[in-house]
Amino acid sequence: MTVTRDPALKSALKKSQQRARRRAFLLVLPLLAFVFISFVVPIAMMLHRSAHNSAFAENMPQLTAWFAANPEVRQPDETAYAALVADLQLAATARTAGVVGTRVNYEVSGSRSLFTSAGRKVGELEPPFAESLPALNRSWASPQLWSAMRNVSQSYTANFYLAALDLARDTDGNIISAPADRQVYVSLFVRTLVLSFTITCICLLLGFPVAHLLATLPLRKSNLLMILVLLPFWTSLLVRTTAWIAILQEQGVFNSMLVGLGILSDSGRLSLAYNQTGTIIAMTHILLPFMILPLYSVMRTINPSYVRAARSLGASSWVAFRRIYLPQTLPGIGAGSLLVFILAVGYYITPALVGGASGQLISNLIAFHMQNSLNWSLAAALAALLLAVIALLYWLYDRLVGIDKMKLA
Amino acid sequence: MAISPSSNAAERIWHYAYLAICALVFIFLIAPILLVVPLSFNAEPYFTITERMLTFDPAGYSLRWYDTLLTQGMQRPDAARDWAWWLDAWRHSAWILAAKNSLIIGFFSTALATVLGTVAALGMSRPEMPYRRAIMAMLISPMIVPIIITATGLFFFYSKVGLANSYLGIILAHATLGIPFVIITVTATLSGFDHSLTRAGASLGASPTTVFRRITVPLILPGIIAGALFAFVTSFDEVVVVLFVAAHDQQTIPRQMWNGIREQISPAILAMATILVFFSISLLTAIELLRRRSERLRGVSRG
Repeated sequence: MTVTRDPALKSALKKSQQRARRRAFLLVLPLLAFVFISFVVPIAMMLHRSAHNSAFAENMPQLTAWFAANPEVRQPDETAYAALVADLQLAATARTAGVVGTRVNYEVSGSRSLFTSAGRKVGELEPPFAESLPALNRSWASPQLWSAMRNVSQSYTANFYLAALDLARDTDGNIISAPADRQVYVSLFVRTLVLSFTITCICLLLGFPVAHLLATLPLRKSNLLMILVLLPFWTSLLVRTTAWIAILQEQGVFNSMLVGLGILSDSGRLSLAYNQTGTIIAMTHILLPFMILPLYSVMRTINPSYVRAARSLGASSWVAFRRIYLPQTLPGIGAGSLLVFILAVGYYITPALVGGASGQLISNLIAFHMQNSLNWSLAAALAALLLAVIALLYWLYDRLVGIDKMKLA
Repeated sequence: MAISPSSNAAERIWHYAYLAICALVFIFLIAPILLVVPLSFNAEPYFTITERMLTFDPAGYSLRWYDTLLTQGMQRPDAARDWAWWLDAWRHSAWILAAKNSLIIGFFSTALATVLGTVAALGMSRPEMPYRRAIMAMLISPMIVPIIITATGLFFFYSKVGLANSYLGIILAHATLGIPFVIITVTATLSGFDHSLTRAGASLGASPTTVFRRITVPLILPGIIAGALFAFVTSFDEVVVVLFVAAHDQQTIPRQMWNGIREQISPAILAMATILVFFSISLLTAIELLRRRSERLRGVSRG
């Protein structure tokens, strides 16, 4: 390459390169803007939601102001009670006492009914409120409740993350582990990772020989067999899940077959669906093509003469496989395993339908908090933690495999 | 690991074991899907192959579950099957309404994803594209991020901007989910693209639009169609986002199936599943034909 000395030529070259870059970027820009609005912004809103909940501050303005003005006072005085009563009256007329109660309820159980019942009677109270409100219900004087209210009066909070990690705050604001009956999330995260790892291993064990067979057969035969891998890949997820329910349930095809063959007695039917076993079997089936396809595309490129050379030099078939063939398949093993693991960690539909109680994964709990308990901030915090795990794996995938190497059949 | 004359007995045994393992895995992959078909013709409301089915007794088989697919939700399902009955089915049958919704949502989200994705793929595959890796990571991420997270985010976003319970909201969400597939397939096609063809076209006096229309598009068309099919299937099979952001009366086929599995699981679900299996077989055939055409166009194989 010759070095250009002509400055005019150099700047013209630079300009034309810039123009080409701009042109390429302009082609991508519409999609980039679209994905930003329809995907990045919603995720960002979810992350915001996980650390922000203004249900208390919005509906209890005076007490929130008192908490802000008296950061050190642990014992509520008459002004605090007056602010609380005024806010409760406000909430009662705006019909938001339930909303506020629900928010406090996340920290101290039983608070929701406390707030809704106080909202109905608070109009009849006489000062001094520091005595008349606790007379209504002794809980209003409990330091636990006041520390919880101080806590939730701050709209930006890490509490949902603490809850998602089975942690809580005591009355002094120290982080402690949550009561034993509320500790569900860490063990569920662990279960999700363990199940995903198990499914990945099973997929690798089942997928490796099949990918090897497909890669070593003549193209005409392997294309035919490939249909058996691609058809499940193209079939609706719900169809495959339905099929597994039909097969695995106690009155299903598999059990009936074993009973019919006399292997099982009618009372000894195996419970394979609606538990962890069901989740593992169905998810292995659904994710197996994602293992076979990357393995296959790597194995296809392996030159068979290396193994032949090893054999001719006296290696047994096992040694030739382990020392020569296996190391060359590592990129495929890495790509397939990571892909299957990433997809398994976030799986929702299959565990929800065939998982029963013991086969639920973290995604199912996020859906539960979104749709049933309506604790959206906790759902968002759990989703954010899951997203962090996925982001780490995705980064790893990009480093090891490269996103642009991803292929679809 | 083919058998060679030098193989000893242990190696031969291992070879047959290996073939047996492969056969079992293939059965594991395909059996559940094929099993759905006979089960959907069951005359009984069970999820098993009955004895009468095994003996191929015609009384063991029936089309009643396919009939249920039609009649469910109809106003007068028991009326005589004249044109008024079929009109009733077209207007009120729950599964037909769901199919219409699925097709409308699928069509528009696929169109959006395909157009935006193809144009972007053209930019992404240019060598001078800046920040290619980071942008690619972002464009592919809707495929990697668990659907429950996407749905949760969209729920918050749509309730804020007023897109909840609307067709537009579902279409935009499904387009987002389909985009990675379009990007991947079209960039894959473009990676084997011979750029001297466009230069030849330009040197012969064609304008850039003519070159694009007459040379680039026909050559990458198989990739575009494959990407569009992927995007359509993604939308057609998507249930979580619909559950989170759609109104209660906005039923789609996967949502109907989801409800059916959760509430009263009947072989009618299997009838729908059978229809979808044949749908995916035809899609797979289409993809395979496209792949062959693409290879022929690019001159990869002349077999």
